Amino acid sequence: MKLGYYPGCSLNGTAKEFNSSLKEVFSTLDIDLEELNDWSCCGATSAHVTSHLLSVALPARNLMLAKKQGFEDLLAPCAACYSRLVSSQRELKLDEKMRMEVEDILEEKITNGLHIINLIQIFQKIGLDKLKEKKLVDISKIKAACYYGCLLVRPVDIALPDDMESPDSMESIIKAVGGKTVDWNFKTECCGAAHSIAHTDIVEKLCKGIIDNAEKHGADVIIVACPMCHSNLDMRQLNIMKHFEGHKPIPILYLSQLIGLVLGIDEKKLGLGAHYINTKPLLDKIKGADIPKSVPIEKLQKGVEA
Amino acid sequence: MEEKFEPKIAAFVCNWCTYTGADLAGTSRLKQEANARLIRVPCTGRIDPVFIIKAFENGADGVLISGCHPGDCHYNAGNFHARRRWILFKNLLDFIGIDSSRLYFSWVSASEGKKWVDIVDGVIDAVRIKGPFKQYKKMNKEIEIPVAVEEGVSVK
Amino acid sequence: MKIGVFVCHCGENIGRTVNCPEVSKACASFPGVVHSEDYKYMCSDPGQNLIKQAIREKHLDAVVVGSCSPHMHEKTFRKACASAGINSYMVEIANLREHCSWIHEDIAEATKKAIDLMRFAVERVKFNHPLQTIKVPVTKRSLVIGGGISGIQAALDIANAGFEVVLVEKEPSIGGHMSQLSETFPTLDCSQCILTPRMVEVYQHPKIKLLSYSEVENVEGFIGNFKVTIRRKAKSVKEELCTGCGLCAEKCPIKKKALSEFDEGLSNRSAIYVPFPQAVPNVPVIDRSVCTYFKTGKCEMCKKVCGREAIDFTQQDTFVTEDVGSIIVATGYKLYSIEKKPEESIYKGYGEYGYGKYKNVINGLQFERIASASGPTSGEILRPSDKTEPKKIVFIQCVGSRDESKGFSYCSKICCMYTAKHAMLYKHKVHDGEAYVFYMDIRSGGKNYEEFVRRAIEEDHVNYIRGRVSKIYEEDGKLIVKGEDTLAGLPVVIEADLVVLATAMIAQQEAPKLAQTLNISYDKYGYFQEAHPKLRPVETNTGGVFLAGACHSPRDIPESVAMASAAAAKSLVLFGADMLEREPIIAKVDESTCAGCFYCQKVCAYNAIEKKEIRDRQGNLKKVVAFVNSGLCQGCGTCNATCPSKSIELIGFNDDQIFAQINAFAEV
Repeated sequence: MKLGYYPGCSLNGTAKEFNSSLKEVFSTLDIDLEELNDWSCCGATSAHVTSHLLSVALPARNLMLAKKQGFEDLLAPCAACYSRLVSSQRELKLDEKMRMEVEDILEEKITNGLHIINLIQIFQKIGLDKLKEKKLVDISKIKAACYYGCLLVRPVDIALPDDMESPDSMESIIKAVGGKTVDWNFKTECCGAAHSIAHTDIVEKLCKGIIDNAEKHGADVIIVACPMCHSNLDMRQLNIMKHFEGHKPIPILYLSQLIGLVLGIDEKKLGLGAHYINTKPLLDKIKGADIPKSVPIEKLQKGVEA
Repeated sequence: MEEKFEPKIAAFVCNWCTYTGADLAGTSRLKQEANARLIRVPCTGRIDPVFIIKAFENGADGVLISGCHPGDCHYNAGNFHARRRWILFKNLLDFIGIDSSRLYFSWVSASEGKKWVDIVDGVIDAVRIKGPFKQYKKMNKEIEIPVAVEEGVSVK
Repeated sequence: MKIGVFVCHCGENIGRTVNCPEVSKACASFPGVVHSEDYKYMCSDPGQNLIKQAIREKHLDAVVVGSCSPHMHEKTFRKACASAGINSYMVEIANLREHCSWIHEDIAEATKKAIDLMRFAVERVKFNHPLQTIKVPVTKRSLVIGGGISGIQAALDIANAGFEVVLVEKEPSIGGHMSQLSETFPTLDCSQCILTPRMVEVYQHPKIKLLSYSEVENVEGFIGNFKVTIRRKAKSVKEELCTGCGLCAEKCPIKKKALSEFDEGLSNRSAIYVPFPQAVPNVPVIDRSVCTYFKTGKCEMCKKVCGREAIDFTQQDTFVTEDVGSIIVATGYKLYSIEKKPEESIYKGYGEYGYGKYKNVINGLQFERIASASGPTSGEILRPSDKTEPKKIVFIQCVGSRDESKGFSYCSKICCMYTAKHAMLYKHKVHDGEAYVFYMDIRSGGKNYEEFVRRAIEEDHVNYIRGRVSKIYEEDGKLIVKGEDTLAGLPVVIEADLVVLATAMIAQQEAPKLAQTLNISYDKYGYFQEAHPKLRPVETNTGGVFLAGACHSPRDIPESVAMASAAAAKSLVLFGADMLEREPIIAKVDESTCAGCFYCQKVCAYNAIEKKEIRDRQGNLKKVVAFVNSGLCQGCGTCNATCPSKSIELIGFNDDQIFAQINAFAEV
């Protein structure tokens, strides 16, 4: 399977471990990720508040690159990139005037037919059976709270085909590889996303609500599929601990990192040491389960002193 | 000197929607061109394809057919049957030597007086551009079809 | 054939743009025309007399009037001609007003067009034939489908007028949704107290035949003459023997396996049950899906305790046929079930409200049962999860209504009123409780309705919040309701003990199927369609079938009752005559040429084409031909256009008549 890969800016910056974990997982699954050559910004957060045309044209450029480079499927692991790419694709399909304007800017004819897929969809596409087959490590000792945030499931008719109010596609992936999930109430609550820099107080309050609810329902870890969600929940927890007395930190993992653990990939390669919240206790808890001999237990412990 | 061409349009309309819609155009005093002649039928389902051929044969330069909107048929489904019939029939028209682009269809409800006027004027304009429909009439004259119906008239 | 032509000026309406004398002159030269004149007002008495006089003096066979639209005065001129001795179907109208004078300005053009239209009519009338209106006998008996308040009202009205009624109800008891309600708005009188006497009246009425636990299976025939097949579902109880003592239900060992439909799933019922104590008829039925006997072949407890030997496990569904002249459809509504729906479902549901997931999120009808004295809590307001009194209760309106993305675009109409009622009932019973209502708009049109809502707000201090709820979730036994107050522009979070959703009213699931059986139309939501939204609101497109109540659209009790009485009145109008008269515009088969291909049958929307056997004198079958049932045929003419051998013609619009018009086009 030749799979186009659009990492976007986050995966080269704040979410490097998302990038590395993904690449590890896919190489274990024998899937070639081919990075889109000469990709550019998707325009997320800033473009669509400045110029609507720009917000359509920026993703359009990348869509056309993918077409030209012969990809049928383009993986956009970042939820914001994914959202921008599918929104733009849809608008170009439905709005002829917009399409002509963008064609004018790009100086080329726009053609359709590219499948843009996000992290959840790629696992669904690979097949839950295949993941099960490759499973090496048992993660049934921990309970995960799956957090979708805003962009994975909204807007309803273009994003992930799931119930936008109470989605469960991430849960089904984790359950398929033998994990346990909790039924909690803040799956799609706002994490403060774009206020991350300007209004950290708001972000902290919102993230606190999310984390508390996950813990209340017995979660050991929150699983995300969006770099923005991750940075807000993980990084801001340090300040939350300062501002809210008695806050119990909880590790935040990318779905790709958790799948990586299941596949027996070295946690260093998965970037588990790069988080603000220590992931060691979580790994210890996993370790409590039976681990096949092929993966040395010591390996799991190395390099997690965050 | 050739006279300015004024097209003759035969319009087959259903009694419940389009005829009433045309009535509404009248009551609303919506002005339109005087080239169309309406022939009232109960339902577009009643329209036999032969009517259309005969209308062309008798000098129509364009034929317009209009009935209730799909789903609003006074007789539940007559216009659906009509619609299916036209899809097949349009292809046949060309085959028998009648330019099928001279045949027009529309759905006009009893409340769409303005739409009816726009359609009638639109069809008249379009046919005016196409010019008179001569081919079939010429053919007709050559083979001298006796007009059977006229013989059938028994004036007591 | 002698034809008389009459051109009307319609005052100046036609005369202004059409040169009427010239039209009249031109018509005089048409072959067959023996008389032609014009007059200022042809529809006036003197105008009509001109026509009558000409008919008598010149022995006319047919008349053509150039006047206003036939939809306007065709009847007038037909009547005038009939009184002068010619058949009323020998009259043709040329529409010189709506289709000519009013829409054109150029006098020469309009006059030319008028002459053409007159020529069309003259040519057409040559092929008209004298016709007689069709007379059909009427069976003076009515079928009412559905035994809710609408069906009950319609049945009683017709029966009290002295005509027999067959009332069919699919549930074991009549009463419908109204019997489930606690109190009714805006008077707060007890629903059962006003309904049950009506139910008993139905049961005891000598003119009403009540078929409970039955469904309409098939309908044949036409207005005045329907033949209806009704399935009587097996009750497993002999109705004629049962005294309704209730011992069987009391002794039935299955107590917790089935949820009570009447209590909207808030309580349990036995396998043999009457839906509620005041049920009519008070005869139990066995729910075979849960009954131990039907599952294992053992138990028979009910049979053992029944002193009347009324229990019959071997009973089968039976079919009865009834002849009726009119049918009133009063099948009511159901509530949109708003739990999270599977992916493939066409309706999205409201996963975020947690209905079906949290026990304390209930719908309006469930709250009615909780508030009702006959309900599972005997009228005490207790929440389902732990049977404690809710101190804070949130009502959410428009759940599924006015919401195209997750429900239906229409307004369910009654929710504003019943939510105000619910909040009031709650406040009357729980004095220290707090009630919140999330609304979009308050629609309280109706006598004393607005006053009622004001009372809830002002006297009972119900908190009305204008805005939608985004999410409900449960934490520590409380329902956290997150919403928006759009007037204050603030987010709202309420920790409630109970949430009541005013879910949309929707059409019964089987409505489209019933509509097909009855040959009536229904809208995209499954509600039955009236013949005309303004002027024929209780009639359907099929003659003799009328609508009553919420099967037509969401409506409250008084409106349903009014509609039911209207439908009953429409039936009684039908029964006022012994014979029905109708236009003779119907199809007719030429049996000598009909080849029996029955294409006509396939295209007929009214099932009006039947098969007829042609036999010789010895009784040998010669062929099978089409035959038009004149009661069913509505005269669309689709068969006429379809027939390959032109063996079926639409009288009044036959090929000769239309070809005559088309041929006249040659002279345009």
